[in-house]
Amino acid sequence: MGVYIPVGPQHPIHPEAILLKLKVEGEQVVDADVDSSFVHRGIEKALEHKTWLQGLYLVERVCGICNVAHSTCYTLNVENLLGVEAPTRAQYLRLVVEELARIHSHMLWLGLLAHLIGFQSLFMLVFRDREKVLDLMEELTGNRITTAYNVVGGVRRDIDPALEHRVRSTLEELRGRVKRYRKLIEEDPSVRARTVNVGILERSEAEELHAVGPVARASGIKYDVRADDPYLVHDEVPFNVVTLETCDAWGRAMVRVEEVLESIDMIMYSLDHIPSGPIRKRVPPVFKVPPGEGIARVEAPRGELFHYAKSDGSERPYRYRMRTPTLANLAALVYMLRRGDRAVYVADVPVIFGSIDPCICCTARVFVLDERGSRVLNLEDLGRSRGR
Amino acid sequence: MRMLRDVLWNLFKGRATVMYPEERGSPPDNFRGRLGFNRDECIGCGLCHRVCPASAIEMENDGRGARPVFHIERCIYCYLCIEVCPTKAIKPGKEYAVVTSRKSDLVVR
Repeated sequence: MGVYIPVGPQHPIHPEAILLKLKVEGEQVVDADVDSSFVHRGIEKALEHKTWLQGLYLVERVCGICNVAHSTCYTLNVENLLGVEAPTRAQYLRLVVEELARIHSHMLWLGLLAHLIGFQSLFMLVFRDREKVLDLMEELTGNRITTAYNVVGGVRRDIDPALEHRVRSTLEELRGRVKRYRKLIEEDPSVRARTVNVGILERSEAEELHAVGPVARASGIKYDVRADDPYLVHDEVPFNVVTLETCDAWGRAMVRVEEVLESIDMIMYSLDHIPSGPIRKRVPPVFKVPPGEGIARVEAPRGELFHYAKSDGSERPYRYRMRTPTLANLAALVYMLRRGDRAVYVADVPVIFGSIDPCICCTARVFVLDERGSRVLNLEDLGRSRGR
Repeated sequence: MRMLRDVLWNLFKGRATVMYPEERGSPPDNFRGRLGFNRDECIGCGLCHRVCPASAIEMENDGRGARPVFHIERCIYCYLCIEVCPTKAIKPGKEYAVVTSRKSDLVVR
């Protein structure tokens, strides 16, 4: 006899609206399901009514934390369709901002993990150090979070030597702090007690469920879009794909902390090797895109982000589709919660849930069913009844 | 226990936070804040109105021709209008606290 416990849609363990339906026997979770459809915002549809350039600023708002990944992916996609390539200096600057965003995203996650396991002083310290990265973002791009830095054809602002010096000194300081946090996570008994062997996802399971990002890498899958399908100048900037074989929440924390250190090295290398030259190719604010389809992939902090665009030759997209990393990792999350071969305790649910770095507002999608509710209608079925 | 060193050390360090309403740090030079507008320099081309992603700019006829009216409550601070303005009539600003009880404070004309 089990008891169903609904966790969410509004629940203290996560600020965003998601419903975890847990079937519990005693202290153990025996079944789980997830419903993430509470915050559908209709952004893909809204994009069809914006011009290509206006759409960039909407795409940036899909996700607050990985907005740089979204805008990079969108600009790469549109540039591909247009046949424009951003100047090399702009690509280096995009990479710098992308990695800065990865650092602040991973540090945010580390703080949240500390918060979830009740380690408030670590949470405070990590957030204090994350603020320095946000200050750098603000100075470089003009805003802390919603950077509006990438634009079709390049980037909007150049980095001057004084700012470059500040970026270097801040990151050098941050490196020491992050190494300290790495040591803490490695050795602190309270962190280990709450994360080691919690949320097990074996390598074969991660492959089967198509987990992406740090979740996959903590299960030993060496997959990173930056290395496997280089975009921007990732083929010129060396870095290691961090993988661990521990397959648990502790491994996911370690992978993210190591990635922060890798990102710091990548930014330093980029600043050393950045060529001089223009940062932007002029593209008019309202432009038409030749008919066709395009895709782009980038490695967002949470995993692989995929964008698809279809143009009918007008100044607005005909269709725009995004697959965010959390959507790819939800299947793995449900599997981790309801695996039958190991006990999963109710007290560990927040840590397991948090370990995939969930971002729910990027994830909600809508299906349109026919009247009987038996068939999912596709775009062509819907197109018959809609006028553009 | 491993945190004890950090925690003790923090007792003797200054605080990391700012007492916000009393103490206000100044944003960096690049910061994108509330924009300003010089109506005399405007030629009424309407480009800003066309590019604005948030539809925050409406065109209004003031006798000399169509002139933009900026609704700051809808502004997303992308500064696209400043970039496209041919006469630089729209000015960048650094004000970030735009909260008010009167909606008319949020209209720049």
